[in-house]
Amino acid sequence: MMRKQQTFSRGLSDKVRKSKAAPEIQKNPFEVKINRKKFDVLGRKSKHDVGLPGVSRSRAIQKRKDTLLKEFRLKDKNNTFIDRRFGEYDSKLTPEEKILQRFTLERQRTQDRKDMYNLNEEEELTHYGQSLAEMEKMTDVIDSDSDSEEKGLLSAELTATHFGGGGGLLRKKSAGDEEEEHKPRSRQELIEELIFKSKQEKRERQTQKEEAQELTEKLDQEWKSIQNLLAHKTPKAERTDETDKPKLDQYDMMVRELGFEMKAQPSEKLKSAEELAREERQRLQTLEADRLKRMMGDAEEDAVQTNTHVSADDMNDGFILDGDDRKTLAYKDGKWNIEGEEEEKEDEDGDEEGGEEEDEDDEDDAEGEDDEEEEGEDDEEDDADEDHCDLQSDEGSEDEDGQGAEEEQLCAEEPPAVSEEQKKAAQEAARAELPYTFPAPESYSDLKQLLQGHGSEQQRLILDRTLKCNHPSLSAGNKAKLQKLFGFLLEYVGDLATQNPPDLRTVSALIPQICGLCQMFPEAACKAVQTLLSDSGHSMEETLEVKGRAPMPDLDMLVLLKITALLFPSSDFRHPVTTPAFLFLSQALTRCAVVSLEDVCKGLVLCCLALEYVSLSQRIFPELLNFLLGLLHLTVSDKHNMGTAVCVCVCDLHREILDAIPEKPSQHAPLVFKKKKPIPLKLFTPKIVLDYGKKRGNTKEEKERERLKHKYKREFKGALREIRKDTRFLAREKLSDVMSRDAERKRKVKELYGSLATQEGEWKALKRKNRK
Amino acid sequence: MAPSTDSNVKDENSQVSYKKDINTKTGRILQNKKHSNDIFDVIEYLQSEKDKEIIFATNACKRVFCQLFYRGDLYVGDLPQEEELMSGDRSAEEKYRIFMRHRYNNCVELLLENMGHEAFQVKEASLCALMKFVEAEGKHPLQNLDLIEHYIFPRELLRTLVEHLLSTEEDMSLLISRFQEFLEMDDVRYYVMSSVRDNIYRVMGRNKKAVIPVYQNNVYTLLSNINVPSQGSKMKHFLVKQAYRPEEWKAGKLKEHKRAFEQMWLLFLKFKLPSSMYKKILVILHESIMPQMSDPTLLIDFLSAAYDIGGAISLLALNGLFILIHKHNLDYPDFYKKLYSLLDPSIFHVKYRARFFHLVNIFLSSTHLPAYLVAAFVKRFARLSLTAPPTALLILLPFICNLIRRHPSCRVLIHRPSAAEEPCDDPYVIEEEDPAQCHALESSLWEIKTLQKHYHPDVAKAAMKINEPLTEQEEEISEVLELSTFELMERDLKAERKTIPLEFDTATELLKSPREVLGVHFSLE
Repeated sequence: MMRKQQTFSRGLSDKVRKSKAAPEIQKNPFEVKINRKKFDVLGRKSKHDVGLPGVSRSRAIQKRKDTLLKEFRLKDKNNTFIDRRFGEYDSKLTPEEKILQRFTLERQRTQDRKDMYNLNEEEELTHYGQSLAEMEKMTDVIDSDSDSEEKGLLSAELTATHFGGGGGLLRKKSAGDEEEEHKPRSRQELIEELIFKSKQEKRERQTQKEEAQELTEKLDQEWKSIQNLLAHKTPKAERTDETDKPKLDQYDMMVRELGFEMKAQPSEKLKSAEELAREERQRLQTLEADRLKRMMGDAEEDAVQTNTHVSADDMNDGFILDGDDRKTLAYKDGKWNIEGEEEEKEDEDGDEEGGEEEDEDDEDDAEGEDDEEEEGEDDEEDDADEDHCDLQSDEGSEDEDGQGAEEEQLCAEEPPAVSEEQKKAAQEAARAELPYTFPAPESYSDLKQLLQGHGSEQQRLILDRTLKCNHPSLSAGNKAKLQKLFGFLLEYVGDLATQNPPDLRTVSALIPQICGLCQMFPEAACKAVQTLLSDSGHSMEETLEVKGRAPMPDLDMLVLLKITALLFPSSDFRHPVTTPAFLFLSQALTRCAVVSLEDVCKGLVLCCLALEYVSLSQRIFPELLNFLLGLLHLTVSDKHNMGTAVCVCVCDLHREILDAIPEKPSQHAPLVFKKKKPIPLKLFTPKIVLDYGKKRGNTKEEKERERLKHKYKREFKGALREIRKDTRFLAREKLSDVMSRDAERKRKVKELYGSLATQEGEWKALKRKNRK
Repeated sequence: MAPSTDSNVKDENSQVSYKKDINTKTGRILQNKKHSNDIFDVIEYLQSEKDKEIIFATNACKRVFCQLFYRGDLYVGDLPQEEELMSGDRSAEEKYRIFMRHRYNNCVELLLENMGHEAFQVKEASLCALMKFVEAEGKHPLQNLDLIEHYIFPRELLRTLVEHLLSTEEDMSLLISRFQEFLEMDDVRYYVMSSVRDNIYRVMGRNKKAVIPVYQNNVYTLLSNINVPSQGSKMKHFLVKQAYRPEEWKAGKLKEHKRAFEQMWLLFLKFKLPSSMYKKILVILHESIMPQMSDPTLLIDFLSAAYDIGGAISLLALNGLFILIHKHNLDYPDFYKKLYSLLDPSIFHVKYRARFFHLVNIFLSSTHLPAYLVAAFVKRFARLSLTAPPTALLILLPFICNLIRRHPSCRVLIHRPSAAEEPCDDPYVIEEEDPAQCHALESSLWEIKTLQKHYHPDVAKAAMKINEPLTEQEEEISEVLELSTFELMERDLKAERKTIPLEFDTATELLKSPREVLGVHFSLE
């Protein structure tokens, strides 16, 4: 209301200003107010340079008197709306009852209104306020057009007969008139004719369509024959276009066929071996860089900043009691590795060995020794006693023992190389025997059936073929199947490892397939490994809680941990699989009881795994040290039991460790906080901004926004002003009301006093008269 | 087939028959005094081979003697010998009573024996029956006492019962937990406490103060089941109601209860205990023993002895000591020195790690501790952290940071800008027992710097904090105190990750990867 008023009043004042009706007012200098301009802008017309405040005020007051005052006078004198609907405010009635009652009332009313005895009159039934009778008529028309193929396209005749409108139809009708003149036909005949015509039309359309179909089929066949020649698929739209066209000339088809014929396309140049190698290298480089980035994790910036020799120091300070220079070298090695292109493999090998030495140098060496020794034991694990006898027999021949171990190792590594040809032959044989396609196993038992009874190479082949047959690109369901297959495979591997004797060769043979699957479905693989880890972690936790100690994890778990290291990067700062795996390792190394030689062996395998996990990232693994120390303590306590033989071994070991430990303890620089960027002093020179004034929005929307904002602000202010004026006006009116009422009262009182005075006067006069 | 069913039938028959037999006999005993000799048969069943028969007979005895108690058919006063029964000139009624009293004594003896039976049901039934007798004797005392002088309670019966309950050969913990129900009653509790005290004194004295694990375990189970109510006004739940001046009865007074409780425990703790028992007691000491004692400072001998034992027991004794120091104004010399020497790598692996760190956090929360002491603790913790598992590290690192926050003078440990950047030997002496002599303040926390390369990301991040000036706000460590490795594992397992990075160079064999370590030392087969 206010706004309207305001605009209205402004319009009024404008009118007043512009109208020539009151020139004497406009000329009167007391009435005119000139709005002073701050800047004179050339070419701008201003509407409001001259105002007539008196006029506009009187107008506004008049306006208020007409509207606001009237409303005020009528305030609290309004009519009220009474809801007389039946039972509207009756809470006792349920809605259904209410509706029923109302309905009956309504019926009664309509009944009453009409003539009671008029039986013919039926009331009109409605649905959604529309007459049902009407609707029935409408649907009739629509129903007649039941042919779905026509998709609502009505033939001209049909529309003409049904609706009888349109210019052309009129003409036709007139033609019909002419015919009618020839031989008058009954309506029946007309309808029959109509039906016949429409049927004929339909038939024609059908045949046409069939023809088109045939043609498209033919085209399809031809297309298929040339399809494999084509380098790329034609866009789908084109093809559909073709089929849609009803008439196809032989010529057209020829032209199209020619058009589809494969053009010689520029193929990519065959890459030379060097180029391929370079690309591969590049790829590996980026991947390696990526890995390093992940390894740094959140500490990335720190690493970048403290890449000086201090940080490198620190890295190895943690444990290693010497070898600052060596460490930094190794670190450089890591970097070098990425840039060094040719000898990546060799380098990595070197790195690995270097890392092994540096990472936990002395301890690790000890561990290495220990390992070898233990492995010697491990090989004859079954008869531990005999083993000890062995040890006793070759007193002090520690070197020999080591050699023996190495030899065994060599033996272990050799067989695959030797049997390369055999393997080939076996593969051939297997290829001949095995079928070429395999269904993807739906359950674990399926997989077991599939693989059991075959040699490891054959199993690998079977898996390979299964993977190929069920490649996700071949069918939609394959993806899920293969994802499940990964879980089954892991289970199978676990089974193989828990068998007695464990079939680790097969496990090893299956590794490429597992890796392949993992590369295909990282999420599923991650989930599968995670569940296995979490299950065994949980069971270990439970046994720990119940018994206070837990057995060492079984071989299947060790194999799983190893496979985890093969599949996922253990060097990441945080990784959904390897971080839990780390924790599992830590838990196993700290909480599991070592009660037998087998446990010792398992523990050492775990140590190797732990070392492998951290070998690239060069992290520290305190549990590893703890465990090895514990083992050393065990051997020392053994010394008393076993006699001199072990004692000598231990002494040897001890000497070696002592050799490895440097004389001087490691040194540490005192810690200092990282240098912060100095906070600049507050300056007093003025801040200079090159862009002048307020920045206007550049885009159209921004400008529009600004404009609207501005407008809104002005309107808001105007509305406020108006409201204030309204209230002031009302107050004034109220005051004047009160004043007038008071004046009236005073007047009346005066009158009364006057009349009383005169009465009194008269009475006194009368009295005086009487006395006299 | 046939014989087995036969035997089954027989079994059933015998079952039915013994039930019938006992029922008819008890009925007859109660009906007529003529049939009182049948009681022998019923009592005989108490020595039966079959558990069910014993239980049934026990219940029957319970019924019979309770009834007799009620009727007053048991002889009251000093009981004459059975042989003298005939000689004296007594009325038939009196003879009957004496006879029944003797049977009652027999029955009680057998029931006490049955408390050492193999089957738990038998033990339980015997215990219940005996407690019923205790109640009945309380109501109808068998001693001819001057009622005005004494409060009536069958102390003797309860004493023998407790004696059997605290067996030196058998673990009675199940039965004792059943007995707990009766300990709810204030008078039973009071008299049990005093009987236990006598019992301990006697048994331990007999054994020349050597360790008797089974007995001590039983005693511990019983003692730990005793709970003195916190308010004296609640002492209204009695097995035996006293007619005469109940408000002056000792068993109804909280003070007396507390005293009895205290004396019982102190006596128990006075003797040498197995180390597992030490742990058990210390675990519950601060919660369920100390608040119920009238003067907890009396425990100081026990606590300081436990504190001197070392290892986990010392850790646990800390809690009790803390309460004594904190609430009872105990002055423990060299407390911090002792605490300092307690810190060794085992603290990360014991079960009570959370409790220990909670307490140490409290001990070191004072800002009035000297800087050298706090620095020594910090340095010690830092050194130990090099061997700690990740869960402990997640407690330890924020804890160390908090300590440095509280004591700004220890900031030199992580920030010593004045010193030259040359590496030098760590002046800290880990072997030194005295925190004042270990030169911790001159050292630096290079251990934490090392842990920045820890394999676990959370630990590494926590260690990263010392690179920059610490924030004012202390970190809350109470949430991580109970963290287990598996929970830590689950954090990563449950976390949603968009991409899962994979190892890019795929392996061809199990023991062939670019960074093979396992394959170097182990082979397949």
